[in-house]
Amino acid sequence: MIPVAFGYHRPQSVKEAAEMLTELGDEAKILAGGHSLLPLMRLRFAAPAALVDIGDVSELRFVERDGGQVRVGALTRHRDLAEHQVIQASVPLLSATAAQVGDPQIRNRGTIGGSIAHADPAGEYGTVCLMLDAQIVTTRRRIPAAEFFLGRFTTPLDHDELVTELVFPFTPGEAVYIKFCHRLFDWALVGAAAQQTDRGWRVGLVNVSETPVRAVAVERALDEGTPYAEAARLASDGLHPTPSHRASAEYKLHLTRVLTRRVIGQAAGVPGG
Amino acid sequence: MKVTLTVNGTRHEGEAEPRDLLVHYLRGPLGLTGTHVGCDTSQCGACTVLLDGDAVKSCTMLAVQASGHEVLTVEGLGCGDDLDPVQQAFIAEHGLQCGYCTPGFVLAARHLLDRNPHPTEAEIRRGLEGNLCRCTGYVNIIRAVQAAASSGSTA
Amino acid sequence: MNRFGIGQAVTRVEDRRFVTGHGRYTDDITPSRCAYGFVVRSPVAHARITSVEVAGAAAAPGVLCVLTGEDVVKAGLRGFTASAMPEDLGAPPGHRTFRPVLAIGKVRFAGEGVAFVVADTPGHAADAADLVEIDYETLPAVVRPDEAAVARDSFVHEDCPGGNVAWGLMFGDAAAADAAFARAPHRVAVRLDNSRLSASPLEPRGCVGEYHAADGGYTLHTSTQNPHGVRQEVAGVLGVTETRLRVVGPDVGGGFGMKADAYPEDALVLWASRACGRPVKWIATRSESLLSDTGGRDQVVDGELAFDDEGKILAVRASAVHALGAYIAPAGLVPSVFSLRFIPGAYDVTAAHLLTRGVFTNTSPLGPYRGAGRPEATYLIERLLDEAALVLGLDRAEIRRRNLIPASALPYRTVTGYAYDSGEFGRVLDRCVTMADWDGFEARRLASEAAGRRRGRGIAFYIEQGGVFNDRMELRFDPGGTVTIVAGTFSHGQGHETTYAQMVSDWLGVPFTDIRFIQGDTDKVPFGRGTYAARSSMVGGSALRRAADAVIDRAAGMAAALMEVSPDDLEFAGGRFTVRGDEAAGIDLTEVARAFYYPMGITDKFGVGLEGSGTWSTERENFPNGCHICEVEVDTETGEVTIGRYTLVDDIGTVINPMIAEGQLHGGLAQGLAQALLEQQVYETGSGQLVTGSFGDYGVPRIGFMPARVESAFEPVPCLTNPLGVKGVGEGATIGAPPAVMSAVLDALRPLGVTHLDMPATPDRVWQAIQGAQR
Repeated sequence: MIPVAFGYHRPQSVKEAAEMLTELGDEAKILAGGHSLLPLMRLRFAAPAALVDIGDVSELRFVERDGGQVRVGALTRHRDLAEHQVIQASVPLLSATAAQVGDPQIRNRGTIGGSIAHADPAGEYGTVCLMLDAQIVTTRRRIPAAEFFLGRFTTPLDHDELVTELVFPFTPGEAVYIKFCHRLFDWALVGAAAQQTDRGWRVGLVNVSETPVRAVAVERALDEGTPYAEAARLASDGLHPTPSHRASAEYKLHLTRVLTRRVIGQAAGVPGG
Repeated sequence: MKVTLTVNGTRHEGEAEPRDLLVHYLRGPLGLTGTHVGCDTSQCGACTVLLDGDAVKSCTMLAVQASGHEVLTVEGLGCGDDLDPVQQAFIAEHGLQCGYCTPGFVLAARHLLDRNPHPTEAEIRRGLEGNLCRCTGYVNIIRAVQAAASSGSTA
Repeated sequence: MNRFGIGQAVTRVEDRRFVTGHGRYTDDITPSRCAYGFVVRSPVAHARITSVEVAGAAAAPGVLCVLTGEDVVKAGLRGFTASAMPEDLGAPPGHRTFRPVLAIGKVRFAGEGVAFVVADTPGHAADAADLVEIDYETLPAVVRPDEAAVARDSFVHEDCPGGNVAWGLMFGDAAAADAAFARAPHRVAVRLDNSRLSASPLEPRGCVGEYHAADGGYTLHTSTQNPHGVRQEVAGVLGVTETRLRVVGPDVGGGFGMKADAYPEDALVLWASRACGRPVKWIATRSESLLSDTGGRDQVVDGELAFDDEGKILAVRASAVHALGAYIAPAGLVPSVFSLRFIPGAYDVTAAHLLTRGVFTNTSPLGPYRGAGRPEATYLIERLLDEAALVLGLDRAEIRRRNLIPASALPYRTVTGYAYDSGEFGRVLDRCVTMADWDGFEARRLASEAAGRRRGRGIAFYIEQGGVFNDRMELRFDPGGTVTIVAGTFSHGQGHETTYAQMVSDWLGVPFTDIRFIQGDTDKVPFGRGTYAARSSMVGGSALRRAADAVIDRAAGMAAALMEVSPDDLEFAGGRFTVRGDEAAGIDLTEVARAFYYPMGITDKFGVGLEGSGTWSTERENFPNGCHICEVEVDTETGEVTIGRYTLVDDIGTVINPMIAEGQLHGGLAQGLAQALLEQQVYETGSGQLVTGSFGDYGVPRIGFMPARVESAFEPVPCLTNPLGVKGVGEGATIGAPPAVMSAVLDALRPLGVTHLDMPATPDRVWQAIQGAQR
């Protein structure tokens, strides 16, 4: 379908973009890679009065190792995150996840900033951000990941606030993301990620709740030396996944536990884990 | 709004509404109907073109977004007696039936081989995940990409 | 040997335009001053329309006209109706429906067209559609056929005497079947659910309609499998003679049966073109397609098998409900009929009693989708045989061997009225068993188990009917001596431009690359019936054979005259007429053809022009058949099913182009595997809303889904009912795959106590089945 008509603006800098957003008011939306927003507009589920296309804002496309941190520009594309040597070496959980977002064409266009700001419960980056204690940097403030994902498609961002970069602590090592798809969908039915870091175990879940989930109870159990299978059983505690035609809630909870056990085993290098 | 696109090596200046998708702009004002629309949720890949050398879904881009960039459509890949090895391989291996998904596949395959000239079968399957076909059952599409790879094709 | 002849893997001549983006599909056709139509669709599944307000839409920018059901009534347009009803087969009369091009007074499914907005751009049409105001008084909706059949408070057609039951069909003999059951030492019973599917070809539906005020005629370009059928149906709806309507099928991006008949939109664009004075184009979005395309399958069947101690079938009984949707589609009867008639399969079944009821539901209509009832039939008999084998502890290949009709028993008349002419069913099965290494399964099962997976194997044997109705083919020479095939069938991916040319190249001995091909335009092709039901190789091929014979016959007279001999002295071979016993004296067919275009002289006696036409009819059908063997691995923790290896052996009689034929197997296989594991149209109970409304939710398979190992072979047994010896290839794999896969999945899960599973065997369902068995 043809989207509802809108005004189009193409700033060349972050400053210009922020000014445009303030001026246009809350009927304007940011267009980054477009792979979250445009599908909604094509179905007329979204009809913003104006789009601010930040595709030319090249200052937002970068990957930098900065001491004990890795800074990722908001417009960095999924494919670049998957293949960038610095990411692979310094934040391998991010590259492992980015490599499984969508399909090749989507990875060539979609951006991490756009995905994060969209806050789809089935999106993967939110979980990675929580697991790694990332910071979301905007034109106004630095928001810890734990305070960013408020609900389904809900973040604390003001309408004229732009995500400019994400900051990840340097977290090398074996990192695994298992994305269980019924068919090679864009979205995970359930996803589980794990990494044993120098700050302790990090375990996260995708698409089991309205927001990304960091499986803190599992992490604690693992850090205390609980056997993997037992620790993994804690993964589904407190979760109330939405059933769909594809998966019952009961199954999603079960799958959560199974994938958590497997991802822990793989991250720990256990054969057949 | 003004749109400036280099398509298949030729620079075009035209007008588009902001809401005109790139695929519609290519098919309509530019008359390049080889790129097809097969779905409305960015799943099927029939609209795949190369934007600055990258395979992208032209249904999930605005024409105005693409302004200032280079686009390669299937029409620019090869024609007449001068077919790209991927195109030749699709013919030789019967990698198409109704032909509707074919332009998208040919460009996605071209992009895959440009970055990975000798893909394994698993890499071919991963690389073409973004394209749907309903006629062939994919078996011959895989064979076509393997044939194009082993013919030593580079564009 | 003719390297372009029958049996050769000739690469397709049509491919060049497709791989270069020069195919010409319906949306590629934009006449000058073209306007664009947008169908406003009912958001509710069942309701009375209490008010329709279009003034706001009509006044919107760029809008040329807005049409509603009220306008349909004023214009006197008729409704679309079924091409065949049970009474045409001698069954008790069914309830005939007439589907209006836009809803009148009542909507019967979510997605039914209520208004048609025409504007100068697609954007303006979509914008104006948002301004159409329609009020609905909702009524209860039923979406499942088994529920609709017994519903007491919700009737899709209030005037249907059977409630929501439109018809009942019966094949067989109740007394004989009951008697066999009564004395049978064993019986098994199953209830199977065949999910509703959406054909989902990559090209959505679409059409371009033009009214020509100058002469009162119409032209319709439409994405169809059957231009002449569309012409007949739409002319009837518009109330014009077929001579006034030209229908063109351009390149069409797949159909699978869904595009074999006309739709309301075909009439809408023509009617709207007349109303607004410009050509009108309408192209479906994928969401619209999933919502409003004719669906497939959607049947629930209870079946029973009676058998003896050797596993020999004594009788089969079945009782089914088959969803029809809100209106009976033109070919809506077809799946119901086939779903019963092929239950006996290729087995020696001497007693059967088979019933089905066609039931209205508040969903878009249903009709043929690749297999059209044969998958339902095959799934039933194959599952029943598996259950019987279990009872007796028999190998599942062996129980089939014991029941397959032996070659010596052919021709064989089934209890459902088919006459199988040819087949070596046992040989086909045995070859598949060998190719699949059926006997080596146990070692692979243990290996899978060691890797933490359950392995299962399944086997299915199918037989089906290739070809329905008659058709007409022509061969026309031009003054230069080259020939054009004018086809009544309609290729939309099947490669006819190549395969028919292979035939003509063999029969007429003319150069393959000189042969031209025309199809799909009712102005250029006097008559045809299109392509569906795996009909073209037999009906089209045989009609083409007759056309070739007519040409040769006619040309022989001219050749004899040119050579001054008697026609009886001539032989024709390799494109050349030669005098018997004197090969040096001869004349090429192309030269003879040119003689038919001399401006004077010999044409006086023979007439100007060399051409021939032929028809063929399916009174004596052909029966493709084959065996599928599937091995799956199940991850019992996640319920995920992976297909390890897949083997198919098919008897399609003479193979015209083995590469194209194999392609049909692959494509059909993908759809059959997807039916078993991925695809299902889901409607919300109560509201009747379509849940699986996009490709994100409706699971058409991606490239990673196809198994790594697919091995296929042809085991040709020439068909005796047509001169080519062909049997249709288009649908067999879709028919054989679902039962083979489900058989394998159950084989893997039976040790865990699972005794039943319905399609699609999604991970959740598999896991639930395991949990249920363990409790």
